[in-house]
Amino acid sequence: MQILLSYAPAYPEMLLAVGAMVLLMIGAFSDDNAHTGAFVSWLAVALMLAAGGLILMQPEGTQHPFEQAFVVDQFARFMKLLILGGSAVAMILSFDFLRNKGLLKFEYPILLMLATIGMMMMVSANDLISLYLGLELQSLSLYVLASFQRENVRSSEAGLKYFVLGALSSGMLLYGASLVYGFAGTTGFSEIANVAKAQSGAANIGLIVGLVFMLVGLAFKISAVPFHMWTPDVYQGAPTPVTALFAAAPKLAAMGLLMRVLGGAFPGLEQQWQQVIWFIAIASMLLGAFAAIGQTNIKRLMAYSSIGHVGFALVGLAAGTQEGAQGVLVYLLIYLVMTLGTFACILAMRRGDEMIEDIDQLAGLAQNNLMMAFILGMLMFSLAGIPPLAGFWAKVYVFWPAVQAGLYPLAVIGVIASVIGAYYYLRIVKIMFFDEPREKFVPISANLGFVMGAALIFIFAFALPQLGGPIIDAASAAAKSLRL
Amino acid sequence: MTVETSPILSIVTFLPLLGALFIAFLPATPGGDRNARHTALYTTIFTFAISLLIWINFDTRTPDFQFVEDVAWIGPFRYKMGVDGISMLFVILTTFLMPLCILASWESVTKRVKEYMIAFLVLETLMIGVFCALDLMLFYLFFEAGLIPMFLIIGVWGGNRRVYASFKFFLYTLLGSVLMLLAMFAMATTAGTTDIPTLIQVGSTKFSPDMQWWLWLAFFASFAVKMPMWPVHTWLPDAHVEAPTAGSVILAGILLKMGGYGFLRFSLPMFPAASMDLAPFVFTLSVIAIVYTSLVALAQQDIKKLIAYSSVAHMGFVTMGIFTFQQQGIDGAIFQMLSHGIVSAALFLCVGIVYDRMHTREIAAYGGLADRMPVYAAVFMVFTMANVGLPGTSGFVGEFLTLLSAFKANTWVAFFATTGVILSAAYALYLYRRVVFGALEKPSLKAIADMNSREIAIMAPLVILTILLGFYPALLLDVMAVSVKQLVMNFETALAQSTAAVAQ
Repeated sequence: MQILLSYAPAYPEMLLAVGAMVLLMIGAFSDDNAHTGAFVSWLAVALMLAAGGLILMQPEGTQHPFEQAFVVDQFARFMKLLILGGSAVAMILSFDFLRNKGLLKFEYPILLMLATIGMMMMVSANDLISLYLGLELQSLSLYVLASFQRENVRSSEAGLKYFVLGALSSGMLLYGASLVYGFAGTTGFSEIANVAKAQSGAANIGLIVGLVFMLVGLAFKISAVPFHMWTPDVYQGAPTPVTALFAAAPKLAAMGLLMRVLGGAFPGLEQQWQQVIWFIAIASMLLGAFAAIGQTNIKRLMAYSSIGHVGFALVGLAAGTQEGAQGVLVYLLIYLVMTLGTFACILAMRRGDEMIEDIDQLAGLAQNNLMMAFILGMLMFSLAGIPPLAGFWAKVYVFWPAVQAGLYPLAVIGVIASVIGAYYYLRIVKIMFFDEPREKFVPISANLGFVMGAALIFIFAFALPQLGGPIIDAASAAAKSLRL
Repeated sequence: MTVETSPILSIVTFLPLLGALFIAFLPATPGGDRNARHTALYTTIFTFAISLLIWINFDTRTPDFQFVEDVAWIGPFRYKMGVDGISMLFVILTTFLMPLCILASWESVTKRVKEYMIAFLVLETLMIGVFCALDLMLFYLFFEAGLIPMFLIIGVWGGNRRVYASFKFFLYTLLGSVLMLLAMFAMATTAGTTDIPTLIQVGSTKFSPDMQWWLWLAFFASFAVKMPMWPVHTWLPDAHVEAPTAGSVILAGILLKMGGYGFLRFSLPMFPAASMDLAPFVFTLSVIAIVYTSLVALAQQDIKKLIAYSSVAHMGFVTMGIFTFQQQGIDGAIFQMLSHGIVSAALFLCVGIVYDRMHTREIAAYGGLADRMPVYAAVFMVFTMANVGLPGTSGFVGEFLTLLSAFKANTWVAFFATTGVILSAAYALYLYRRVVFGALEKPSLKAIADMNSREIAIMAPLVILTILLGFYPALLLDVMAVSVKQLVMNFETALAQSTAAVAQ
């Protein structure tokens, strides 16, 4: 009993893990049809919401269950809520697509739940071992999800590509972790931090090389340049709702893990890791801005856009301050909402049974379906960072700390990249609003409409103190607990 | 509750937005377009009426900000609104021009009317907000958000090259503004506040001269593009030509004034040392703008383009006047902006009137309009004269004051700028002759109708104001006098302090 109580901080994960097993049983012993799939999927959504509720009920403060291998603090709770929200919405977005393709099977929600548990473990990791366990649980589930549409060549290709490159990055990360272990003599983050903070920390070459290798592995997971090559192909090939998931929750989890590692295990080495973050931030912003210009496939475009946004989020991290960390969290939250809203629109691009991915097919949408065109248009302006939309505030909260920290070149390059990036977002608005209309899309389903509407309200209402204020306060508390 | 204590600025700012929301939820019935038009018109007229209350209750004896509202907003930012003698008149100008824009689009906009009206009303909210905002972030939010509706207005309802023009407009202005945003972060970090009145007080002491240079340049990047100053004016002719008539009116009438307003609100009071150092630079650009764009205007074949270039030239007088740092020059610059807001808006409306009939803006397609359109010819003449700067029209006062002040500051600048006055007479009268006089030879013009009552209703207030302000400029100058005096005084004190600091 005592032991069970000491696990309290991990109850949300446990609920999901046990829930996933139960759902697996339900699925395995029911008829294999779409009805079962839908039932299990909704149960999965309910479980994720319940896990979110459990997190909200947790007392404030920091706990370290499982012999310090796990840490639950404000930061972890903030990130977990985002991850759960992202996963649950990605599940809601999946229904129509899966039903349409005959893929509404019970394995899908269960894999998604397992991935979610992995992500939650990642942001709560306080030890190299638990870090790796969480990361792999997440990755392996996602490899399968990427190739879920298995009769489709592209989907299989995406899964394979993701797997091979993901395994490579995991290898790098493991190698880095082993170096860190070798030179710090421990796998616990707090003990590593003691070594890193010590006088000799900066001179400990092995530790720094290990850190760099770990950064490479994590940069792969957040698809930061120069480790982004898999992103466009996987985003394009994977089934669209899975792409929506990829762009949202796992990216957040990997960012959370990156912040956890840098803030929890390597304080005192800011000098060393800031250079790396500085470089990948600039490279990601510029590549995201330039490479997206020529894209004709909207999923591919969103892939490059996500690379760019990771770069912007990293600007806050490069500042290396608590305000910077707060900015990253605000950025991630807003990015999550914008991405899910945009993918809801992409999933609504359907004529008959055929999913449309060509950007030009959006032509004249404003005259066929003004509401959808308006929502997608505003999401594009928001992604471009135009006030008063939420995307602008995201940029404010990462660039301000960068200016505070004196990173002027980074900030200037960043805002210029955001102007270049605005071009391709505007292009989508132009196609929808200025061009002559084409054939209509099928009517928007309730699920997609709900997500679109919620995203629209969010990006407008963020500028109100009633919504933006509490979010920023929560992010501030979370950043404080990270002690970056 | 009196006007002074009521949140009147917020009411004026957000009333158009309310109208836009109302239009958005109007059912799409066959009469929907009519309803949208009427709602937009009544909203803008009502907004104008309320905004007059601001003027009536405005205290011209104090340089302080009035009707101040201040509540906590997101994070460290505050929702702070207020007007002084400099900004109040721009608010009135905006609310005054808006109903005319709606009326001008009454018949010429036939497709997607509902969206059009929504875009204009949203734009009005954002423009008023720019002039009322007293917090850096709030200012930036209004300043930048205006790009969205303007982008759509040019892109959806514009001419043939509307896509190119809308992208150019958007990206040009965005590039200028993002640098300003970074400068604002730097200011907020150094001064520890985003409150504009506080920054006006302490800016010159908190920011070192080096830092002022950088901040000044970043703000200049934004305002120079918005103004627009030579050589970053190239987006303007494109945007003007392709925008629908009402869009051009808003661009010329109000959006261009944000640059000048920005110089007065930020650059001069907050970075006086840098402003002083860089004044010759601004003078150079202003004189080039005045002379060069006037010459370019002479060569134009397109009426709208000609007026667009003349706008750039007139804005040159504004920047020149502002950077003389004298009461006369700044008074003249503000007056010139307000006058230009009326006159250039009216000129674009004049072009719109013939464009609606003939669907061409080629100067060569017209000629001899005086025969068939005597009222139009008379109205057009008033504004042509005002554009030239004929005494007795509002155009004269601003040009004269800025030139007088420039003469004191730097004789050569005044010398070259005065040639601009001559050139402006050349292109404006040349345009007028080609369009209105001569024989009516073109067969397509034989049946052209004179201005109808709606068009006369649009033009009448503009004609009256142009002449009234020409004879009685004190109407506006008295409002701004105290605020401008305070601005100049603060500027000189700050400058004296910094020279004293350097001397030590």
